[in-house]
Amino acid sequence: MRKKDCKEGVLLGNIIFPSILNMRKIDCNEITKAVKNACMEANYYIPEDVRLVLEKRYGEETWPMAENILERIKENIEIARKEKMPLCQDTGMVSVFVEIGQDVHIVNGNLEEAINEGVRQGYMEGYLRKSVVKDPLNRTNTNDNTPAVINYRIVPGDSFKMIIAPKGFGSENMSRLKMLRPADGVQGVKDFVIKAVEEAGANPCPPIVVGVGIGGTFDKVASLAKKALLRPLSERNEDEFYRRLEDELLQEINQLGIGPQGFGGKTTALAVNIETFPTHIAGLPVAVNINCHVARYKEVEL
Amino acid sequence: MIKLTTPLTDEKIKNLKAGDNVLLSGTIYTARDAAHERLVQLLDKGERLPIELKDQIIYYVGPSPAKPGKVIGSAGPTTSYRMDPYAPKLLDAGLKGMIGKGDRGDEVVEAIIKNKGLYFVAIGGVAALLSKSIKKAEVVAYEDLGSEAIRRLKVEDLPLIVAIDSKGNNLYESGRKMYLENRKAKA
Repeated sequence: MRKKDCKEGVLLGNIIFPSILNMRKIDCNEITKAVKNACMEANYYIPEDVRLVLEKRYGEETWPMAENILERIKENIEIARKEKMPLCQDTGMVSVFVEIGQDVHIVNGNLEEAINEGVRQGYMEGYLRKSVVKDPLNRTNTNDNTPAVINYRIVPGDSFKMIIAPKGFGSENMSRLKMLRPADGVQGVKDFVIKAVEEAGANPCPPIVVGVGIGGTFDKVASLAKKALLRPLSERNEDEFYRRLEDELLQEINQLGIGPQGFGGKTTALAVNIETFPTHIAGLPVAVNINCHVARYKEVEL
Repeated sequence: MIKLTTPLTDEKIKNLKAGDNVLLSGTIYTARDAAHERLVQLLDKGERLPIELKDQIIYYVGPSPAKPGKVIGSAGPTTSYRMDPYAPKLLDAGLKGMIGKGDRGDEVVEAIIKNKGLYFVAIGGVAALLSKSIKKAEVVAYEDLGSEAIRRLKVEDLPLIVAIDSKGNNLYESGRKMYLENRKAKA
């Protein structure tokens, strides 16, 4: 029988079989392998955009204690890279952001299990610390750093991208969320972000990266703040208004004088990244997710 | 740079001031959240601890696993405030010093003054660098806690900063204040 690909699927004789037969297939083993490698690489190698900002700020810092600390941070980056060892002993709980094309068919297993298997293998083979407990109150370690916190986004096409972001809890613990009133406006948002950074002080290992989510719902805004941390520090918000707000917040945070590790200095934050989403007429949700100077993420595309 | 060797005595630490840079050598112990909970439970019951605390130092760290042929993995400090509910009891029981990162609560500062102790800070997030000063590591209690087990470490020239000295002077207050005053004077 004549077989031919056509727009709607596969043409067999006179019958069109739906395009599922034609979908791009991605094997779970491939996903596991990609996650495993990304977990190790993210923990050994600082992203280049973060390294460049640290380098620049080191050149601009004038307070001796702050300069000294930034120098140690730079040395640590080199040692970790050369010896393939974790930059920080807290190799984090892993967040995975999956962007999956609607024309992709995952084969040979279960996507979620494939991702967790990658985390398991990466943390075992990479000599990374297992920091996840099975139950928040009855705290027994899972001993393999699973499960990861996985976010899925379905997009048109047949691409498959993942951002793997292991994040320590020194900074995660300093994150905040508040449902502001619409009347609180821009100033309310700014005050809340500054207050969160001020209260965090030395705990999240400054210089920090500040991820800010504005809008959406209670759950959405937290996710926006986390997503903001995954944007490279070299990229700014596409919207002029929010780009300016990012600049203003960064400037105000670096006026606080907290400095590296909280001992004074102008380098409190490396960047402020804002992500927004439409929200309800009655609300103005805002969330602040703080990251330490070991701002880890690794993007992979299959 | 001040060189210091454990065990710490009143004599050795009386002149140390908040802001001093120290290179520490000798034996120290690791413990973080879960081990602290167990130690304080034993103290509350009046039972014997698995380690002798007198004049000793506890490093708040849960290291990453050692690669083959290595003494230890990456080993930087964890945030100290989580140990604040336990620290005064350990200081009262003879503990002399703590190593961590981040500011401490008033109850800890008071216990430091009362017991002539001190609080050091190691730079957070430079764990690969700090591991270079650790020459020996062995689990001495609570092996079931994995990275949270109590380890005895032999360190050489571990780079630390005195954050709260035995008189209660606190670099988390004075450091930032001095920076801001300096900035104001220059403006």
